[in-house]
Amino acid sequence: MIAVIGLAAGVVLGLILHPAVPLALQPYLPIAIVAALDALFGALRARLEGVFDEKVFVVSFVSNTVIAAVIVLLGDLIGVGSQLSTAVVVVLGIRIFANVAAIRRKLFHA
Amino acid sequence: MTEPPPEETPDAPEPTTRVHLRRLLRLARPRATVGQALTGLLCLLVGFAVVTQVQANRGDTRFATARQDELVGVLDEQNSRLDRLHRDVDDLSRTKADLEKDHRGDTALNEARRRADTYGILAGTRPATGPGIALTIADPQHKVTADMLLNTLQELRDAGAEVVQVDGARVIVNSYFLDGPGGVTLDGGPLSVPYRFLAIGDPRTLTTALDIPGGVRDSLKTAGATGTVTRRDSITITAVK
Repeated sequence: MIAVIGLAAGVVLGLILHPAVPLALQPYLPIAIVAALDALFGALRARLEGVFDEKVFVVSFVSNTVIAAVIVLLGDLIGVGSQLSTAVVVVLGIRIFANVAAIRRKLFHA
Repeated sequence: MTEPPPEETPDAPEPTTRVHLRRLLRLARPRATVGQALTGLLCLLVGFAVVTQVQANRGDTRFATARQDELVGVLDEQNSRLDRLHRDVDDLSRTKADLEKDHRGDTALNEARRRADTYGILAGTRPATGPGIALTIADPQHKVTADMLLNTLQELRDAGAEVVQVDGARVIVNSYFLDGPGGVTLDGGPLSVPYRFLAIGDPRTLTTALDIPGGVRDSLKTAGATGTVTRRDSITITAVK
């Protein structure tokens, strides 16, 4: 519940404050968002399987986003930034789909 | 990841679904722990970031998402276009000033003459002088055919030859080579061996174009003929149509 409230509050805050993305963060924010979504769906799945642990969630969330952003940063430094961000998005996208599929199986047996 | 919980069996899908739904409801029940607060905070962060990113993307995304080298390319392109347009503006305003100053129509006349000269040279009705090359094709076995000479001419034209003459005959836009009983003819007039091409244009470019591997000179050699190129600083082509 708190998670859903938090999500809604974040959306409302973003709409109200209308923040501009700092230039230095611009290439990394989208990747970090995808990584965070992966962590969220992973947490939902873990909760449905009864193995959810808040500590694991917090640590995996932070490390996911930071590692994704660092990979893209490293890619930018060595000149393959766009390819690496594509790679990260593909890998995280596959994981998200796998997590959603697991959630769907748990809830609907389909 | 982990195996499905033991209570989930294919025989009894109804109760397990209820178990999972109950678990989902339990997930929704708020509890005041540090972990819950942190989870809520992280979710807030995700929502905030998503909205921020969506709004940042809604503007002009062409330049906002472009990488540095793409931007540099765009900038270069714009700068060279600006230079070109500036030069055009200068030329045109000079012409305009000249035309305005000129009461007797001298400038207009000169401009018209200059244009007539240019068109005359292109159409082959005026002689022309300039740097260029002389290409001599020696063909002792008479193996060179009209299409090989045409290829040579096209290669010269592609390389920027503005005026071309073959064996004293001016080549113009609708000139043609023909295989005849007595050898190749150009626009109906017979050509004699060796074929002497004179071409006005950048000598270096023209020479390079003829020397392309598998190009004009290579195919002439295959046919048993030889093409000799000499660069000249000044070639005068007097043949006119």
